[in-house]
Amino acid sequence: MKMNGAQIIWECLVREGVDVVFGITGGKVIPLYHELPAYPIHHITMRHEQAAAHAADGYARATGKVGVCVATSGPGATNLVTGIANAQMDSSPIVAITGQVASGDLGTDAFQEVDITGITMPITKHNCLVTNVTELAQAIREAFHIARSGHPGAVLVDVTVDAQMGQCEFIYPETVNLPGYRPHTRGNLRQVAQAAEMINQAKRPVLMVGRGVIVAGAQDELVELAERAQIPVATTLLGKSAIPESHPLSLGMGGMHGEAYTNLAVQQADLIIGIGTRFDDRFTSAASTFAPQAKIIHIDIDPAEIAKRVRVDLPIVGDALNVLRELVPLVQNAQHTEWIGLIDGWRAEAREYSRHWEEGEALVPQYVVRQISELTEGDALMVSDVGQNQMWEAQYYIHNRFGGLISSGGLGTMGFALPASIGAQVGRPECVVWVVAGDGGLQMTIQELATIVQERLPVKIALLNNGYLGMVRQWQEFFYERNYCGTPIFGPDFAKVAEAYGMAGITVCDKAQVNEALEQAMQIDGPVLIDFRIEQEHNVFPMVPAGRPIDEMIRRPRQA
Amino acid sequence: MTLAKEYSNHSRRTLVVLMEDRPGVLSNVSNMFRRRNYNIESLTVGHSETSGISRMTVVVHASDTVLEQVVKQLYKLIHVTKVTDITDDAAVIRELALIRVHAISTSRAEIKQLVDIFRAQIIDVAHDSMTIEITGTEDKVDSLVEILRPFGIKELTRTGRVAMVRGGLSGGGRG
Repeated sequence: MKMNGAQIIWECLVREGVDVVFGITGGKVIPLYHELPAYPIHHITMRHEQAAAHAADGYARATGKVGVCVATSGPGATNLVTGIANAQMDSSPIVAITGQVASGDLGTDAFQEVDITGITMPITKHNCLVTNVTELAQAIREAFHIARSGHPGAVLVDVTVDAQMGQCEFIYPETVNLPGYRPHTRGNLRQVAQAAEMINQAKRPVLMVGRGVIVAGAQDELVELAERAQIPVATTLLGKSAIPESHPLSLGMGGMHGEAYTNLAVQQADLIIGIGTRFDDRFTSAASTFAPQAKIIHIDIDPAEIAKRVRVDLPIVGDALNVLRELVPLVQNAQHTEWIGLIDGWRAEAREYSRHWEEGEALVPQYVVRQISELTEGDALMVSDVGQNQMWEAQYYIHNRFGGLISSGGLGTMGFALPASIGAQVGRPECVVWVVAGDGGLQMTIQELATIVQERLPVKIALLNNGYLGMVRQWQEFFYERNYCGTPIFGPDFAKVAEAYGMAGITVCDKAQVNEALEQAMQIDGPVLIDFRIEQEHNVFPMVPAGRPIDEMIRRPRQA
Repeated sequence: MTLAKEYSNHSRRTLVVLMEDRPGVLSNVSNMFRRRNYNIESLTVGHSETSGISRMTVVVHASDTVLEQVVKQLYKLIHVTKVTDITDDAAVIRELALIRVHAISTSRAEIKQLVDIFRAQIIDVAHDSMTIEITGTEDKVDSLVEILRPFGIKELTRTGRVAMVRGGLSGGGRG
């Protein structure tokens, strides 16, 4: 059947199971958009291309499917860059489709021409420029295959406008031929047996879990392993929600802003079993100081992650689900009573440090997040932004929904949460989606309130508003003589802004109003923004100063 | 290029990299070396014995741990099909250089003599210069360049290292 390039793109997307794309049209994708109404794909018109990429990313993380964003050439394409880098850093499978000037104009600095394949080369798993309609179907097929398989990532396909308009016989490529791309999904069984042996011998084991477990869908196997051998589970930021956090073996997040008991457990462990994590510096701090007494097992699908940052005693390259399925039966039942008792002692002590905010009068962010957690019973799909708000969310929301946290971990992109929540809510309409953001990050992509209203998405937004770029202010307070340069920020009346966009807006200034506002937000059948005017110079504790071992943290002050 | 990581224990390693001949693959490889701060000494690329597959020889300064990462990061590039470290293998290693040296009637004979000693060739003669072609190990090329330097080198181009494992143990065929 003869088709033009635009039809081929949509046809291929439908066959990949795509039913929603996030994008903005423009001069060099008009032919593409012209064909869209004939296909069962819902297009969500964003207000900025960066937001389109974040929405695709949020969609991918919420559903496990590939998220798709579309932009025109030139500025449309360059606006995607942050969102692409963000998805790539956090192993989120997205495919970005960009328009490009006609092949005859390539390289002439034509209007809205930019070398987007060159620009995105270091921030994509793969990219390509398609100038000929006959190569289009293969390119799209490969893009999806590469984005979703192995270590997932971002793929960009740049399509010249003449390739969109050219015609050819459409033959769907059933297979891909990529001789250089063969992800290792099955762990080496000899190494798996060795891992079981190491776990069986361990006296003070800790599981260190990253997003790879969520990507692999290995929640049951993880819990089974943890329970069978009574191994406490620490997570990275992106590994949060891999295990229900109300599980007694869950230690929550470790690292720079991890709880003291989590970091102490890691530093005193004799065995770390890292699964689907890249041993990121936000968790480990200086690699030479990390878990000094422990042997390290590293299970990851990407061989290049093994021994990249920390020494590894036993690597297993494979998909977390496959490896855990092989591993669990080889692991003996164990109790580790003494070890767990020690950790629980630290845990009980940590509670002493939280009294002041629980009992105090001030409107503090910890209280707001904890109330959201209790109101939603830990079951909401949480989308957090970057900075203090992100850490408070991570520390005080008790995630019981598998994959229930979406956040920008690797790139740390302020402005991520609001557009990502659009993708998350579209992908999971049955879920209650809450955004936790600061006033700095929210203002970076606040235009997407319009998209939320246009699409009638019932996203609930908890704005932790302190009038500062708070995490940097905190660093200035601790390490730069309180020199608050560049961190105080003016913000609008956010509730009025929300109302101006056509959604509900609530302002909360007192701790006593928090619960009422949250309950009101849950009752409103539509989007709501709550502007929580929190303590302005409130800090995130514990905090590990840069380069220090993770058990040398600054603890919470015991009194307010 | 600077070497930021692990100055100690680093050595010169020769990698043979096979890759699908697709647009952008060469810049993808060189881009990866740049962005991960690996120190390339030379990089050559051309066709291999298989059509559609290009063959690259890369000389990189790296410690064992960095080299392990270099190899993995190369494999991670979608169109790279094979990476072989041939540093410790018996390999034939060659480089080609073209050297245009200042030469007037009084110095030509002496230059010719030196070129013969090195089994190099004079491939062009002009009224004030001679162009010499030499193929050999990098050391041999270095030596000739140094010996010719006093005459005045007007132009110099070197290909960088190309390499192949001896005796049919082709770099592309081994793990």
